[in-house]
Amino acid sequence: MNIREIIKELGQNRMSLFGFVVVSMLFLTGIFAPVIAPYHYRDQNLDAANESPSKEHLLGTDQLGRDTLSRIIWGARTALFVVIVSLALGTPVGILLGALAGYFGGLVDTIIMRVADILFAFPGMLLIFFLAATLGPRIDELARSIDLLDPLVKGGFIDYVVVVSTLSLIGWAGMARLVRGLVMSIKERDYIDAARSIGAPSWRVIFRHIMPNAISPVIVSLSMGAGGIILSEAFLSFLGIGIRPPNPSWGAMIFSNYQFWRTRPMMVWVPGLVIGVIILAFNFLGDGLNRALDPFTKRR
Amino acid sequence: MYTYLIKRMLWIPVLLAVITFLVFILGIYGPGDPVQLMLGQHANPEALERLRHELGLDRPLMVQYADYVSRLVHGDLGTSLKFRGQPVSRMLGRCLGVSVPLNAVALGWSIPLGILLGVIAAYKEGTRIDRAIVLTVVVGISMPVFAIAPILLYFFAVKAQILPPGGWDGIFSTKVILPAIVLGIGPLAVMVRQTRASVLQTISEQYVLTARAKGLHDRRVMFKHVLPNALIPVMTIVGLMFGSLVGGAFVTELLFGIPGCGQLAFETFTARDYPMIMAFTILGAAAFIMSNLLVDMLYFVIDPRIRRP
Repeated sequence: MNIREIIKELGQNRMSLFGFVVVSMLFLTGIFAPVIAPYHYRDQNLDAANESPSKEHLLGTDQLGRDTLSRIIWGARTALFVVIVSLALGTPVGILLGALAGYFGGLVDTIIMRVADILFAFPGMLLIFFLAATLGPRIDELARSIDLLDPLVKGGFIDYVVVVSTLSLIGWAGMARLVRGLVMSIKERDYIDAARSIGAPSWRVIFRHIMPNAISPVIVSLSMGAGGIILSEAFLSFLGIGIRPPNPSWGAMIFSNYQFWRTRPMMVWVPGLVIGVIILAFNFLGDGLNRALDPFTKRR
Repeated sequence: MYTYLIKRMLWIPVLLAVITFLVFILGIYGPGDPVQLMLGQHANPEALERLRHELGLDRPLMVQYADYVSRLVHGDLGTSLKFRGQPVSRMLGRCLGVSVPLNAVALGWSIPLGILLGVIAAYKEGTRIDRAIVLTVVVGISMPVFAIAPILLYFFAVKAQILPPGGWDGIFSTKVILPAIVLGIGPLAVMVRQTRASVLQTISEQYVLTARAKGLHDRRVMFKHVLPNALIPVMTIVGLMFGSLVGGAFVTELLFGIPGCGQLAFETFTARDYPMIMAFTILGAAAFIMSNLLVDMLYFVIDPRIRRP
């Protein structure tokens, strides 16, 4: 099935279309943030602090006179970066380990899945908080000791490294468990026996014959997982152990604007709702992809 | 099946040992040399050595770990850095006295209602009622507490002024209503989704067809044949729900000014109070493991199919 067909299939359902559109908007906003945003996320204007929405500032300004809309738009870049990099780091590891565990079974399986079990033994969010809180300072210190990384340290970029490494350190386990299950069921099929009987080596059986048939559930779970990553980033930044100001993060915006919840509720509502709508969109998109990619679901 | 259960039980001490070890290593040495952190970058080496010796951090790692575990087992979780000199265990005890009743109220309304809505959605599968319930559920799962709480707070506490904006007076005060709603929305949505899926699957079983074929009333089929079987997998989710409550509790208790474990955890995480952070993580994991084991054992009691060897 090619991409055009998938998009056409997504368009059949109002909710998956919504998901597709919102997620595309997140990507475009994140990529073109400097072009779209009317102000830079760091631009302070103390003369225009705490302003209500106006023509100059469509969503008003915060206590430092920074444009709320611009910070939301730049926040999309933060969210997008965290999602893409965490998935790009955790997913291949998860797929590889899951495939090895599912295909070879025995000791390999036991070792890989016991390690995953340890990660699953924690309430997920708590483990993320714990790793970010303990590894954060170490990563920070390490980066500070290397002169070459100085510009990154000054730009607060280390926060991003901390968030991304925390999330990918945990993210692989869920993917490994999923792929392991898929591989275990696919490897019993006849065509796998056929491939093996003509002498195909294990890696070829795994990557040429098994994985292409396991890819749809993986894509669906990536879409569902992206929402969770955005939520985790928001939680971490809300707690002050994720992306810290002045860098733009929706979670941190909610925290620092919360003091105004009575007088200027929009300052808190907007970042919260943006996070909610994007998670909703990823869930809808995941459902839609599930329908579009699975040849066995009945067409209505 | 007995062997499975016994294996699970034997695995738990191993799991707890690994977890405490991980938390210990990361909590003490993860952030950097703990002594250096306490005395600052430019402390003189002699002072560093002295403090290291006083705290017992110059001993072999495994000895330190064994010491930590033995104190843990005796209920000594160390002292908080942020709240100077306060024993961690006493602070945890105090906050649990608030958080446990609060979350009990949240689950108390959301689990039964979730099951009810899930059954209704499955019963009316494909109709407008079903679709409305399912849509609401997806929205409920997606909206984080920090999106829901400020909106509810604004409308009920500022605009309408019918509910207090926060604080804590026990579970029989009106102050509990808003936070219990916010905390319950996630579990509610998860329950509806799981119940609906489970009921739909059970309905297609042959024994349900048999029950229908012998002319039983719809309601009787539902309550006698479908529900008892459909609710078994739903229980697993109740066990896992504990995990999802954690993140929400941090934010909810903070936003509503409730002096529970969520708020305490928030303060210790932001202040990087490592003894407290370690205690929270270990206790959270232990409680999570126990709740999942409990669900497994409950399965065993309820479902005769699993009991068969």
